[in-house]
Amino acid sequence: MSDMAAQSSAPAELPRAKTDWLPLLLVPALAVLALPFVGSPSTWVTLTVAGLAMGMMIFLMASGLTLVFGLMDIINFGHGVFISLGAYATLLVLGPLAGWATADSIGLNLALLGLCILVAMGVTALAGAVFERVIVRPVYGSHLKQILVTMGGLIVTEQLIHALWGASPIPIPLPQSLRGAFVLGDIVMERYRVVAVAIGLIVFIGMQLLLNRTRIGLLIRAGVENPEMVEALGYRIRRLFVSVFIAGSALAGLGGVMWAFYRQTLTAGMGMEVMVLVFIVIIIGGLGSVGGCFVGSILVALVANYVGFIEPKLALISNILVMALVLIWRPQGLFPVARR
Amino acid sequence: MSTSPALPLAFDETRRSGGLLTGLLSSDLPRSRALSFILLAIVVLLAATPFLFSGSQPVGTAAKICVFIVLVASYDLLLGYSGIVSFAHTMFFGIGGYGIAIALERISPTWSSVAIGLASALALSAVLAIAIGLLSLRVRAIFFSMITLAVASAAAVLASQLSDITGGEDGLSFQLPPALRPAFRLFSEPVFGTMINGRLLAYYLVFVVSLIVFLLLLRIVNSPFGRVLQAIRENEFRAEALGYRVVAYRTAASVISALAATVAGALMALWLRYNGPDTTLSFSIMIDILLMVVIGGMGTMYGAVIGAALFVLAQSYLQVLMGAGSAALAGIPLLPNLIHPDRWLLWLGALFIISVYAFPGGIVGRLRQANPKG
Repeated sequence: MSDMAAQSSAPAELPRAKTDWLPLLLVPALAVLALPFVGSPSTWVTLTVAGLAMGMMIFLMASGLTLVFGLMDIINFGHGVFISLGAYATLLVLGPLAGWATADSIGLNLALLGLCILVAMGVTALAGAVFERVIVRPVYGSHLKQILVTMGGLIVTEQLIHALWGASPIPIPLPQSLRGAFVLGDIVMERYRVVAVAIGLIVFIGMQLLLNRTRIGLLIRAGVENPEMVEALGYRIRRLFVSVFIAGSALAGLGGVMWAFYRQTLTAGMGMEVMVLVFIVIIIGGLGSVGGCFVGSILVALVANYVGFIEPKLALISNILVMALVLIWRPQGLFPVARR
Repeated sequence: MSTSPALPLAFDETRRSGGLLTGLLSSDLPRSRALSFILLAIVVLLAATPFLFSGSQPVGTAAKICVFIVLVASYDLLLGYSGIVSFAHTMFFGIGGYGIAIALERISPTWSSVAIGLASALALSAVLAIAIGLLSLRVRAIFFSMITLAVASAAAVLASQLSDITGGEDGLSFQLPPALRPAFRLFSEPVFGTMINGRLLAYYLVFVVSLIVFLLLLRIVNSPFGRVLQAIRENEFRAEALGYRVVAYRTAASVISALAATVAGALMALWLRYNGPDTTLSFSIMIDILLMVVIGGMGTMYGAVIGAALFVLAQSYLQVLMGAGSAALAGIPLLPNLIHPDRWLLWLGALFIISVYAFPGGIVGRLRQANPKG
């Protein structure tokens, strides 16, 4: 009995990866470094919270892409269209339940947001399944074709969104109790941004638990390291691939909902606009690394916020500068994934 | 290395037997009767447009086709011949446009400012292309795509924000040198019923420069340098093992391609007498270029001609056709929306996906297979 207990506990210990602390320290270091330049502590807190919220939203949109790349070696340039699709899916909920958005009840408002997220994730998961089957599956293994074909998928899906919902931008209301800001003394924090931080953290922790504490997570990580071996051990790696692609699309849909309520306008191109940031973030984080994607998102968003406050002209290219600096320091990104 | 001495010999033989035309086309003939006919028709039509059609729209369409042929051909050098996907091609297109626009608007509407603008735009493009290439072409191709996307979007944001220099979102309108203005007359009498005015000269400037740059690109891809690019595309490690410096070749290809795109941008600005973010820098132009290259045929150069002509014609005239179809289907749910004139990109996008799967050689590849003699 004790032997078996030892055996079952041993494999649980083994797969846990060593944590690389250095990149994790970047974020607090950056925040502390920015304080003297910003000047007033209350402005600094406001900027930091806003940056964190922005970072969380970028993370939500980027996490699926980096996971898909890590496991399947597929780069999906059409990922942005799932963001748009998720955003437009909110209309399915906001249409019939418009009353919930204007109701002055936090419960109803949050329920509405939750429902939007559920519906959007459902829609984008379905779209992801179709996209994987029709667009991506024939071009496994060839990056050049993947880039081209997923761009084609992006064009077609964007046009389909136009055909379904019309080409003009659609305004969407932020639920009543999520508008405005919390004010604590001099510190102003927009309510919606606080909600975004909360949702981002929940998703990140959930993903970390799933990847590090469950059997499926173990398989996914093993698949990232060595797919042939996982297949040789008798697991259907294809099924795993497809489910990760679908999950990645659903995460993009979730990010799309958060992004849509943040912008409060829907356009079919909104996903592609934010894809530039998403790509920068997953390059910074190391292609395929979820943790890197998280750190990268927050890093990029915080830098954009601080620089935007200190020197607005420079903010436009701050993302590129951050990317260049990180790549000079670690050419494969903050958390390089072993196989690549 | 064993094959390389044989290649120049083969070139020389075909060139000696082919004469002037073969020389102009760098021995890379269309190799299909149908393709030769279509190409000839496009060139003749483009050359004669101002005399064949009246009104400004056909000439405008023809000029756009000429510019896009250069732009798409230069992109094909990267995508089709070197196997690199860049999303920064519109950035170089935009640099060319802004070079001309800023020089003509700020200095003076003369030929010398055209030269200054073009020269500085070419220099800037070359520097940027070298910087991007050296930084990101050493790592995997996927990085290059993503990094160029980021850099291009930063360039677009810069162009719209630095409004003191670039005119911001409004762009810059400017005067052309006197010889290219509509009021200028080369002869006092019309020739073949058409007045030879500055506008016509501007069109022929665009046409001739586009033709020269296209033939130059054709020459480059058929040179030993072009063969090395194709070797790298086919098998990077083998090319490196043979002693070719992969990064240097790829960087050189991206510089050449960037320079040609800059020239195309300059032509576009000269023709429109205007340059702004939407005409040269926007991401939708990048998507258009991708569609044109792939539908026309990657790695064929002639694909650029066919792709650009087809696409620009579709952009201008397919919408009319679709409008008619959409009106005919009115009443059925969703269907009229799908063939609404604004949805033409949907169908070209679908054609694009099918092209990538089924006809990697695009239209040119199909024609060569179906009708190989020429």
